[in-house]
Amino acid sequence: MTEITHYSQVWSYRTPRGRLLLWGGWVALVALFVWCWQLMTKDTIWFFVADAPRQAADIGGRMVPPRWSYMDELWGPLWDTINIATLGTLGGVIMAVPVAFLAARNTTPSALILQPVALFIIVASRSINSLIWALLLVAIIGPGLLAGIVAIALRSIGFIGKLLYEAIEETDAKQIEAIEATGASRAQVLSYGIVPQIMPTFWGITVFRWDINIRESTILGLVGAGGIGLKLQASLNTLAWSQVSVILLLILATVVLSEWVSARMRHAII
Amino acid sequence: MLMLEGLSKTYKTGDAALRDVSLTVPKGQIMGLIGPSGAGKSTLIRCINRLVEPTGGKVVLGDVDLVRLGKADLRRQRRRIGMIFQEYALVERLTVMENVLSGRLGYVPFWRSFLRKYPPADIQRAYQLLDRVGLMEHADKRADALSGGQRQRVGIARALAQDPELLLVDEPTASLDPKTSRQIMRLLTEICAERGLPAIVNIHDVPLAQQFMQRIVGLRAGQVVFDGTPDQLTHEALTAIYGAEDWNEMRRGDEEQTRAEADARDRMAALAR
Repeated sequence: MTEITHYSQVWSYRTPRGRLLLWGGWVALVALFVWCWQLMTKDTIWFFVADAPRQAADIGGRMVPPRWSYMDELWGPLWDTINIATLGTLGGVIMAVPVAFLAARNTTPSALILQPVALFIIVASRSINSLIWALLLVAIIGPGLLAGIVAIALRSIGFIGKLLYEAIEETDAKQIEAIEATGASRAQVLSYGIVPQIMPTFWGITVFRWDINIRESTILGLVGAGGIGLKLQASLNTLAWSQVSVILLLILATVVLSEWVSARMRHAII
Repeated sequence: MLMLEGLSKTYKTGDAALRDVSLTVPKGQIMGLIGPSGAGKSTLIRCINRLVEPTGGKVVLGDVDLVRLGKADLRRQRRRIGMIFQEYALVERLTVMENVLSGRLGYVPFWRSFLRKYPPADIQRAYQLLDRVGLMEHADKRADALSGGQRQRVGIARALAQDPELLLVDEPTASLDPKTSRQIMRLLTEICAERGLPAIVNIHDVPLAQQFMQRIVGLRAGQVVFDGTPDQLTHEALTAIYGAEDWNEMRRGDEEQTRAEADARDRMAALAR
């Protein structure tokens, strides 16, 4: 107990300096917004904008009714798309797992060289969009499914690698210590101390990435990497809007289905 | 027999956790290690199997100085030392049986442990131990499905699966209720007596230590300040270890708490009826 007899009735959440900074921040944000708006509208041709609803209605009108008979030509490319996503995810996982173990603070064999290299691989893979990977790979290994699969795999390394190495770093050290205390070798410590702890996360990440890859692989055809995107591009080029709508609906159905599968699987694992 | 000679540990931060600790634990002796938080109890037992690297001194188990060993030799020697942890430290997502068998990891090649193809003798022994700690019917349950007391029994079985010559026990009852604590301590002391197994038990519950230990060592600021039988642990000795405090008052408080708990249990039982 101190000897204070009168306790203050005033208490404020922020200091005066904090309040000032907060106001300043808001003013700066509004100013930035105004400036960006001006920049954005400078080159806009307002005639086209005004025309937009009519154009949208026109294309929309041409899209219905969808030409359902076109569906027969789509099953093959759809199957290709699913294969690109699935094989690409598989390839990504195979490459990402070792990278994740090299990148994690608690499992990397060399914090000086291998860890930075692994982290760089992860960043490099994540910084390049699947579509750009596909563009590069179509140029390197030619158009077709393989370019799509490799593109998806390369893009997946970063995603899976990053989430997995974070999971490895968050493992409970006590369980690992207990396995070390039994006289287990390094490989045994990994397989008994760490792997069981990251397994649910690992499956969750993999299924989640597969689900993302289904969506990404639908557009890879735009740059010639196979799948349903090829058909989409062909239909767009010939202005066959009733076919475009069939493709878009099919993609939507596939994505909904893959999300449902992924949600169910993740639910079953965790 | 375990011999510590001038064991010291100074952490990188400059904190001296252990200063020149020398102790001998003969075969079959259960030694309790008491002391306030931060006295170095945990560091001491981790320096023995080198989960923490000592900065000086010797740890001699049988006729091997553990401090001087290289990595591969250290792993071989760690098999001789079973360890039991405060919060059980079981691999939560593995089954009870896998956890017990993990005590054999130092003895089997990687492929056997990876495929869970342990030698029949190891499996038989694991069942024997599970039966000994009373968990026979839980063998195929996942470790995280068990209660605290049951998990600590799995921890004991895992340590024993190593066929150890020494047990290191780190606050075995800190996460357990008073009744389960006593059951676990009784089980531990019985098992040590059956096998003539020496044990070092970190324990912060002084009455529990006095009830179950044959010898008590008091640690304060990394130094041994008491070494004797439970009877010799007088008011003065406790003051030397923990600093001034009214120990008789605290013991009375302890009894009072036990009574209050018993009372609460009776009332709960009455409510349940």
